[in-house]
Amino acid sequence: MSNADLDAGTPLSLASVGLSGVIVRVDGTRAPGMLEPEELERRLLEMGFVEGARVRVLHQGLLGGDPIAVKVDDMRVALRRSEARAIEVNFD
Amino acid sequence: MTDAVQAPARVALVGNPNSGKTALFNALTGARQKVANYAGVTVERKEGVLTTPGGRTMHIIDLPGTYSLRARSPDEAVTRDAVLGRLEGEPEPDVLVAVADATNLRLVLRLILELKQVGRPFVLALNMYDIAQRQGLRIDLEGLSRELGAPVVTTVATRKRGIDDLVAAADALVIKHEGHASVWHEPSAAEIRAAHGEAQRIMRTYVKPAERPDTFTGKVDGVLLHPAAGLLILGVVLFLMFQAVFTWATPAADGIEAGFKALGELVAGVTPDGLIRSLIVDGLIAGVGSVVVFLPQILILFFFIILLEDSGYLARAAFLLDRIMGFAGLHGRAFIPLLSSVACAIPGVMATRVIEQKHDRLTTIMTAPLMTCSARIPVYALIIAALIPNEKVWGWVSLQGLVMFGLYAIGIVSALLVSFVIQRLFWRRHSEPFLMELPAYKTPDPGGVLLQLWQRAGIFINRAGRIILPLMVLVWVLSTFPYPPEGATGPAIDYSFAGMIGHAIEPLFAPIGFNWQMCIALIPGMAAREVAVAALGTVYAVGDIEGSGLAALEGIVGSQWSLATGLSFLAWYVYAPQCVATLGVVKRETNSWFWPAVMFVYMVTLAYGASFLTFNVAKAMGWG
Repeated sequence: MSNADLDAGTPLSLASVGLSGVIVRVDGTRAPGMLEPEELERRLLEMGFVEGARVRVLHQGLLGGDPIAVKVDDMRVALRRSEARAIEVNFD
Repeated sequence: MTDAVQAPARVALVGNPNSGKTALFNALTGARQKVANYAGVTVERKEGVLTTPGGRTMHIIDLPGTYSLRARSPDEAVTRDAVLGRLEGEPEPDVLVAVADATNLRLVLRLILELKQVGRPFVLALNMYDIAQRQGLRIDLEGLSRELGAPVVTTVATRKRGIDDLVAAADALVIKHEGHASVWHEPSAAEIRAAHGEAQRIMRTYVKPAERPDTFTGKVDGVLLHPAAGLLILGVVLFLMFQAVFTWATPAADGIEAGFKALGELVAGVTPDGLIRSLIVDGLIAGVGSVVVFLPQILILFFFIILLEDSGYLARAAFLLDRIMGFAGLHGRAFIPLLSSVACAIPGVMATRVIEQKHDRLTTIMTAPLMTCSARIPVYALIIAALIPNEKVWGWVSLQGLVMFGLYAIGIVSALLVSFVIQRLFWRRHSEPFLMELPAYKTPDPGGVLLQLWQRAGIFINRAGRIILPLMVLVWVLSTFPYPPEGATGPAIDYSFAGMIGHAIEPLFAPIGFNWQMCIALIPGMAAREVAVAALGTVYAVGDIEGSGLAALEGIVGSQWSLATGLSFLAWYVYAPQCVATLGVVKRETNSWFWPAVMFVYMVTLAYGASFLTFNVAKAMGWG
């Protein structure tokens, strides 16, 4: 993981539909909101957003392209772009 | 075998949401199940019973689905506490069954690593194993079992396959009676990462990825989650649902109404004239009937919601609507309770249990009664028919229909605005992160759907009955006592407590254009909104409201009320908490009198303000 840490990824929140890549970092402090950074990080991890997982943006909502539907390895997960800021991805 | 060996055992099902856990629970226990609440919290507790071939009684508990033992919602807290044996009045389970969707193992493996720390013996049920086989997914069952230190069985809950094996495996664990003290603690982010690494290693070692992964869900989502087409389809689905709720339910509702009327007449025929008869016929039978009459609508609504939920579409609907709900500070999931409230706010408030976060849930509960429930329809219909001209606007739109539509729209917009005020201004908070699995599409299992429908109907009747009966008696007392004096000419209700209250509050309601007849009708109208129509019939003494009375009442309202008064009455009914049963359910669901009190005060304030504004604007327009 230490190598991946050096790789500055792009926040998943900026991704458009169809982009795919590998998660290089999950960092709750990147997405300040109502949750404590550690808590947001744990929730994202529990839903499978973990370093090394493959992600692909499948769909997005009508207004502001929000929320987004993401394929995380074999699972589909919906989340808002505001929380997706915490997930950094090395896009292909 | 000794008695000790065959002693009853408790088995708890734990797993991710969408793992088919409830289907497995149904397959294990059949219809032998009880739905209740956990003590002190409004989390549903499902328990069933089965008897093993060896004669042991097993109590099976279906725990709420979770991704982690770290609780994020009241539901998940119950799962954690039940697994750890911390729930008051609930002995800890002897054996855990970890239920996994065999095609989606990674997250549940991490949950299982947490379960291992708890120290309870467990068996892993790889559910939906047929789908895994069809996809060419290969799992080394023996290796996985060795690795986890627990028996692994494969099941297809919807076809009742593997159930005997699962029971045998659980029974063997009960007999072995092993286990160690819990070393579980809430994992930190670093520990979750480490567990993910471990789960990943287990996956790589024992699971060969699917050769023919599911592409169906992706294809369907391409249409159903399309930003524009998806919303359009959702709109059509909801439209059809409401058509069904209102058209299919009508014959059944008419039947129930007729049934209660016949029952009332039957009882009236065999009881002596007087108080007892009046209490039973006018109080209990009519009162309960006025609520049970909504059962067909509620059942049809539940039927569609269960179907949408079990097929996986409801998660998509929440996805599509999240942004729109988000403007009001609400979670995408709040859409289900608000939708249910269109039939009746009682199941709507009960459905807020799907919302994880307490504040989001409270906000949804507080706004649900603003959605136009079907009990408002008779009131709206009466006033519209009496006072709104039956004309066409723009050549083809019925003005009466337009007003009705407008009232629905005002209800929805008001609910969103009120939640915006509560969430953004009052609590100054944003809604909880929206983080939700979009499960693979599945064909709902007919047996499971029917079972759920049966249970939800039972819950509605049970809860509604317990809350509504005493309230009905109260309203009956208010409208019956004291009796009119000898030789009185006016309607009896005029001399009752309801009449006195009506006259007393009349000056208060004069500024919003209400006459004393309307004020009196508001009191029995507290029992259920539509009762106000019958009450108006009583005060105006038009006779049988079911028959010719309604037309007579329309005539009286049309000639005696000004348009401004009628519109003001409509505005009142959009906002007013004219339904004690809803307040009672809110009390139950929030476990306090504080929230129903807040609801009552804010809704009365809104109602008075809206009516005042409506009445005065209408007068200024020359409709006074």
